[in-house]
This record gives sequence, structure tokens and C-alpha cells, in this order.
Amino acid sequence: MILKEFTKGIWKENPVLVQVLGMCPTLAVSTKVVFGVSMGLATTFVLLSSSIIISILRKIIPNQVRIAVFTVIIATFVTVADYFLKAQFPDISKSLGPYIPLIVVNCIILGRQEAFASKQPVFKSILDAIGMGLGFTLSLVVLAGVREILAFGTFFNMTIMPEGYTKWVIMALPAGAFMTLGLIISLFNWINMKGKESKS
Amino acid sequence: MKEMILSVNPHIHDNSSTRSVMREVIIALIPAIIAALYFFRIKAFVVISSCVISCVVFEYLYQKTCKKNITVKDLSAVVTGILLALIMPPALPVWVCILASAVAIILTKQIFGGIGCNIFNPALLGRAFLMAAFPTMLTSWNNPITLDVVTTATPLGLHKFTQVLTGYEPLFFGNVSGSIGETSALALLIGAAYLLIKKIINIRIPFAYIATVFIISSITNKIDPEIYAPALFNLLAGGLMLGAFFMATDYVTTPITKKGQWVFGIGCGIVTMIIRLWGGLPEGVMYSILFMNGFTPLINRVTMPKRYGTGDRE
Repeated sequence: MILKEFTKGIWKENPVLVQVLGMCPTLAVSTKVVFGVSMGLATTFVLLSSSIIISILRKIIPNQVRIAVFTVIIATFVTVADYFLKAQFPDISKSLGPYIPLIVVNCIILGRQEAFASKQPVFKSILDAIGMGLGFTLSLVVLAGVREILAFGTFFNMTIMPEGYTKWVIMALPAGAFMTLGLIISLFNWINMKGKESKS
Repeated sequence: MKEMILSVNPHIHDNSSTRSVMREVIIALIPAIIAALYFFRIKAFVVISSCVISCVVFEYLYQKTCKKNITVKDLSAVVTGILLALIMPPALPVWVCILASAVAIILTKQIFGGIGCNIFNPALLGRAFLMAAFPTMLTSWNNPITLDVVTTATPLGLHKFTQVLTGYEPLFFGNVSGSIGETSALALLIGAAYLLIKKIINIRIPFAYIATVFIISSITNKIDPEIYAPALFNLLAGGLMLGAFFMATDYVTTPITKKGQWVFGIGCGIVTMIIRLWGGLPEGVMYSILFMNGFTPLINRVTMPKRYGTGDRE
């Protein structure tokens, strides 16, 4: 039963494909799988840490100022993630640019604090945060995978397309991001619909 | 299953159907197809046949998979396929034609609800997709008839980047490089005349469009004939004739009110000329029509005629 808190973020309430939250990083950094994975993991780290703290403090935080408190806690961990990436992976940090500091305003994170962590015990919040973070990361990997293969002929920076492959420039552009995301969401809904049909 | 359509009176009875309209459009495109086959030979044949076949197949497959009514018989997919092929460069590989057809039929038309529900012109969006995806392929042109492998610029490109004017005679008959169906103004005008006589299309949008292009290019040509091409050149070169008569008159994606159609045509003309005169691309017909397609719902709403007796009183 408790496992449901973990799995719901990956499929049933997937932050990108079902809740359609956090579109800014989803569309902007999904040009390559490496960026998608680092963005996903950074977000998961921030989500997990702030969920733990907020869940512990949930009875102390005054209701009137809760959003401000959440933001301060989230911003702290975003700063940690930002500096960590800058120190350890300067290349990735450079290519992700402003999108790492912008995790502060990622609606997935604030949404989970408001809807879940501020009302639930610590263990459940941890499962919820990891599930949502993984759901976000997986969707980014799928989206970035499709785009990277078509736009550059590579996956995880390894060339997988044969020699003479024509690159689809559009997939590296924002238009490609919107189209791919739309198609993935419709495919996702189609699979869910098929599942419901076969059940009933 | 036959659908019943309910609407308020008065009713005007007419035998035309989607199928009959589409058949007339296909007949009107025959001169352009013949010109394309004459000037670009086997390459035109390959592009046209692969576009038409894949458009029809994609329409059938999508409707079959989604368990919708199969509307392949209304010939609209055939028209989309022909128009798509006519705005392609001749040297396009077959798989790119198939991809463009998929974008035109599935992404532009069927996902929005099929015929009558699409916002943008399917053929033009198919080309716009290719333009963004494979810019080098879409800007490589062949010489007509000889089909030189050496890529040459279109008349508009030649003028824009090297200030070389192409003669009016080859422009009118079509003996120039360019998309396979846009080169011969004569063939397109024959088709357009047929559509106008048969009352399939109305003169408003094409007239407003072409007149706007004519006026703007006359003025700019007067200001500086060195840089800006003469008006007649602007009318004959590029895809203006094809776009104005066959794309900007699409029933679905253009305004239905009379006033709106004038606005649409003038808007297309202005955007085309802005792109041709000051844009980075030599040709702007495709983007101008797509751009105005996006405004169509708004134009329809603003220019809706008032019911008699319900207007504001002074």
C-alpha cells in the first residue's frame, strides 16, 4: 500500500506527462540525454531534501507564511545543487545555464510540498519525492532520447545512427520539443486508454 | 453511417460535396502537374507519386487505427498530396516526401480532428516542417529539363543575393529552377481560371493577395530599382501564383466572411513582401499563408456580419 506513494509519481501522476508541470526545464534542456539526466537528478535531489525538511517542520511552519518558508528551504538546496554541479561537472553546469538556479521556481517541487510533504509524515514524503523525481527524470530521458537521436544521431553522446544519417535540425529547436512532447503525451494517454479498455 | 446535419433555415440546396470540390481542384492542378513533369521529368514524377500515395495511406492508416470513419474517398488527401509535391524541390529523396506527408496528414490534419478542423494548411505545414528539419535539402534546386546536379538558386534567390533578374518569358512559362509546381505561372493561371469559372474558389483572396504584392513591389521598385525587383517579377517568380490561387483559397483555413477574405489576402501580401524585401529568406509565400492561417479565427470573429436590426444605436 505504501509503495503506491512511490509508483504514482512514475506513471499514474507523472509530473510531466499527466500533471504537465515543470514545462520550462522539460522543453528547454531536453536536447540531449545527458542534460535531461542531470536536470532530472538535480531536481530529484532538491525535491527529496526539501520534502524531508518540510515534512519534519510541517507542524511548526505557520500556515500564513508557508509558501515563503517552502521557497527559502527549496532555494537553499537549489544553491547546494548549483554549486555542486559547478564544482564537479562544470561542462554540464555551463550548458544547462540558468536552468539549474531556476529549479527554485519549478512547480513540481513547490507543488509536492504544498500538496504532499506539508501534510504527510516523513517516510511517505520521501517515497513521494523519489517517485516524482524519478517520474520527472524518466520523462526527460524519453523526450531527450527521441530528440537527441533525431537531431544529432547520438544517444548519451554515443553515435548510434549509421554514417550519412541526415540530422533533423528541427528536433534541436523548440518546435521539435513541443511536437515530441505532444506526441509522447498522446502516446501515454493512448496506452492508458488501452489498459482501461482491456480491464473493462 | 450517414451523418445527419441540422441547421437553421433558409437552406440553399446544392449538389456539391467535399468529393466533387476536391475533384475540381485536382482537375485544375493538372496543367501544373503536366508543367512539372515536363520541366523536371522523372524527379517530379517520383516526388508527386510518393507524396500522393503516402498522404492517402497515412490518412487511411490513422483513421483505421483510431477507429474513425474512413474519409479517404473524399479525395482531400489526394489534393494535399499533390499540393505538397508541387511545393517541394525536385531533388527530394522519397523518404523525405513520406515524412512530409506524415506531418501534413497526421500532425496537421488528423490530430486536430480531420478534414474541416485543421488550423493550418496541411501541405504548407508539411513543407515548413521540412524547412526547419532539413534546411539544406529544401534550398537545393535543379535546373529545369537538363536536371543538372549542380544546384542553382531560384529566380528570387538569384535576385535577392546577386541582383540578377530572370527574364519574364521563362518565368511565365516555367523554364526556371524552383519547386516543381511553382515555376510555370501559365499552367497555374489556367488551373486558377478553371476554378474561378467553376465557382470553386472566389477571386477575393487571390486578388487582394496579388494586388497587395503588386502595389508594395511597385512602390519599393520606384524607390530603389537597384535593390528591389520590379512588380511583375515579384508576381511571376516564386510560389505566389500557386500560393494565392490554391493555398490561400483553402476553405478550411481561411476566413469565411467577405470582409475577412479581403483582410486575409492583404495580410498575406504584406507578410510575403516583408519577407521577400527585408527577410533572410528569398521567398515568403509559405510563411505568410501559415501566419495568416493562425489569424483566421480572429478575422472571422471580428468581421462577422451583424444581424439585421441588432446593431448599436447611435
